Parts: sequence; C-alpha cells; structure tokens
Amino acid sequence: MIMARGLRAHLREAAVWYGGLGLLTVRVARNLTLPPSYLWLVAREIDIIGVRSLTVALTAAVFTGMVLALQTAVNMARFGAENYVGPVVALSILRELGPVLTAILVGGKVASGITAEVGSMKVTEQIDALRAIGVNYIKKLIVPRLMAALLVFPLVTILADGMGLVGGMLIAVFDRNVDPYLYWNTIAYWVVLKDFLTGIGKSVVFGALVTLIGCYNGLATEGGTEGLGRSTTATVVQVAMGVIISDFFITKLFLFMFW
Amino acid sequence: MWKAFDRNQVLRGVSLTLRKGTILAVMGGSGTGKTVLLRIAAGLIYPDSGGVYLFGSRIDRMSEEAMLPLRRRSGFVFQGAALFDSLSVFENVAYPLREHTRMSLGQITERVHHFLTLVGLPDTDDLMPAELSGGMRKRVGIARALVMEPEVVFFDEPTAGLDPTNARLVAQLIAQLRTGVCDTAIVVTHDVEFAELVADQMAILVGGNFAAVGTPAEIHRSANADVRRFLTGELREI
Repeated sequence: MIMARGLRAHLREAAVWYGGLGLLTVRVARNLTLPPSYLWLVAREIDIIGVRSLTVALTAAVFTGMVLALQTAVNMARFGAENYVGPVVALSILRELGPVLTAILVGGKVASGITAEVGSMKVTEQIDALRAIGVNYIKKLIVPRLMAALLVFPLVTILADGMGLVGGMLIAVFDRNVDPYLYWNTIAYWVVLKDFLTGIGKSVVFGALVTLIGCYNGLATEGGTEGLGRSTTATVVQVAMGVIISDFFITKLFLFMFW
Repeated sequence: MWKAFDRNQVLRGVSLTLRKGTILAVMGGSGTGKTVLLRIAAGLIYPDSGGVYLFGSRIDRMSEEAMLPLRRRSGFVFQGAALFDSLSVFENVAYPLREHTRMSLGQITERVHHFLTLVGLPDTDDLMPAELSGGMRKRVGIARALVMEPEVVFFDEPTAGLDPTNARLVAQLIAQLRTGVCDTAIVVTHDVEFAELVADQMAILVGGNFAAVGTPAEIHRSANADVRRFLTGELREI
C-alpha cells in the first residue's frame, strides 16, 4: 500500500517534470523570434558555456582518444588488425564519444550552473521582479542560453573530436608503432562525412536538451537554499541520463534516416 | 476570485475594485492570503477561478507575453525587496528604464538620482544590495518600482521587518506619492497604524474573503466581530 502510494507520487512527479519541460520548450520556441534579441547576452553565454568549458572538454577528449586507441590496438593485435586502430578510434569518437562525453561533461557543468543561477533568482523573487517590471524572463534568461548552447556545443564537439583523434594517434604511433600516415590514411578511407555530421547533429540536440533541463530545474526550484541544492544535484543526474537515453534514440533515428 | 494551494483554500470568492486615485490597504493576519491577493491583482499569479481586470483588460487568462505591456504601467514592491543581487543600487533602479525606454545615459542618471533622493538614498549608486540594510533595500525596491512613473503601485508589506524610523520613512514616502508620482496603490500590510497613515480605503481579509471594506473611519466603526478582533490584535490566522 505504502509502496503503491510512493510509486504513484513518483509517477506524478515525473509527469509534472516532463510536462513542465515540454511546456518550457514550447514557450522558448515561441519566444525565439520575439524582440528584443539580447545579442550581447548570447555573446556572454557563449563565453561562459564555450570558452570556459574548453579545458574540461578537450582534456577529456584527448585522454578518451588515447585510452580508446590503447584498448583497440591491444585487442585488435590479437587478430592482426592493429593497423585499423585509426578508423575504429575515429568512428567511435566522431559518432559517439565526442558528442556524448562533451555533452555530459560540458552539459553537466553548464546546466548545473544555470540551475544554480536561475534557481537562486527564483527563490529570492528576482524572477518575479523581472516579471513585475514587464521584462520577458524567458527571452532574457532562457533564450540567450539556448542560442549560445546551440552554437557552442557543436563547436566544442568539433574541437573535442579533433583532440580525440590526435590523442588516439599519439598512442597508436608512439606506443603501438603504427605509422602515422597509415593512421590518418585509414581514417580518411573508412570515415565518411556522414559519420562526422551525425555526431555534430547529436551535439546540437544535446546542447538544447541540457540547457532546457538546467533552465527548467532552476525555474522550478522551491524551498529556499535547500531546494536550490536539490535542484542543482538533480540537474547533474538528469543531464547525464538525458544525454545517454536520448543518444540511443537519436542514433536509431539517424541510422533510419541516413544509413 | 478563488485560489487554493494544494488543499489549502486561500481566497474564497473575494471581490474588489480599485479606482484611480485610491490608496487601498489590504489587512489581515498572517497567512490570510493578502500577498496572494496582491500578486493576483498584479498578474503575477493566476486565480483558480474568477475574473481579474487591470487597466480594463482581463488578465486572468492572458499569456505572460501579452501581460508585459500592462505590467510596465504598474510597479510592484516586494516584501523582501527582490533586488537584483549582481547589480548595484544605481543599476537596479535604472533597470526598467534601460529595458523599456530609449533614454540617454544622462537622462537615466538624472531620473535614477531623482528617485533615489525621493526615497532618502542619495549617494548610494555604487553600493551592492548585500551592503544595504533591510530598510535601505526596501527603499531601493520602492525607487525601482516608481522609476517608470507607474499608474498603480502594489506594495507587499512595505514596513515588515523595519525599525520604527524606517517604517515611518516608508509610510511618509507612500503618503507623499499621491501628490506627485502615483496616486493609486494597493498596500498589503498587517500594521493598522501604518494603514491609517497611508490609505483612504481599508479592507480586512478574514477566512479568504473581506470581512469589511471602507474608509479607515468606517472600518473603526465596523460592528463585524472579526474586524473588531483584528483591530484589537486578537485575530490571528495561519
């Protein structure tokens, strides 16, 4: 009985969350074209989301490429296929690991920051103050962040992809004695533009998803500083889960559409 | 208007009209729904049922975006001031002007200084909200609400948490408004003396509805038992 009630409450909570996120998405979409444009806020967010996240994203990418090359080379050597480490690393990074890891790392950092900032404004009535002044808070607080994320996530992913490939090459060449020309030539032969573009397409969706989760959890914050802590923690978990789960569906969709 | 939060029915069919040139004090014990009523009147929250009209437009079913132009014609003073904590005093007061007008920096500066002086806070431009006392924050909040010269101002407990000197200052300021900036306001308060000082209409909220509405003299003459108990400080609600 108690379990059933708990499950019902949990399901209601989940329905409210998904419904709220959906409604926010619709409101943001409706506000995208409304004036004013707040371009200077978009530029500020590009700096916060992109420039200040580069170190995290690129460090993770280079080490991911290195460990991937190491594992691939060691195991493929058993089949005498060590020379194909390049394409395996490239396909894994371009199609999956580049966009997903970037979204989880940068997204977790960015979205939790957004939740903390927006949630703090919510609990101190600053969002109500904006509304009372007649400012469109969706346009002012959410739209610039979303626009910046739509631009920045693909760019950071491209850089992370590049660093991942370089990391893979370092291990392939210096640790496994693979010829560098062979590494890049096999990549150029086996990897097609579609592999790269589907990864970038994913990063655009992830950028929108993590920003909207961060913003929604901030706007839904209740219960003072304790509630703010809960929202921020929830954001980190939901961003990671959201990216991983949506990655499966986007992959299925892209394979269905382009393969 | 009717409004409930979960199972707590806060407002039960309360009805009110505020005419231009009137300062109305809405009073009642803690938890009677005064702030909820004020926020509904300002369009910051929606009632569950009933109609709300602001400047002749029905706002209880209006979208947030459609309501923005109406909100620009009104001011709202929050109980906790709700200043933007990353902006200085000057920037807080200048905020509505920067958002909604094409004033030059000189004009904005002149207007901001005028209102900061009006609330008794000249030379505080560069202070941050965290550096201000409760009374100062509240007065900056009032300056921000007035800077667009609104047609109506909503005050939420403007003297709550203030020492007697600051409370008197705020009372004098609100009373002074009708001679210049804005002659129409709803003031939510539980402070009877303050309400008598600033308001020409009073409404006592009891059990989610008005027990009495009238001039301060009429309220004092009211035979309603709840009103008598409120005025003598015996009525408390949670």
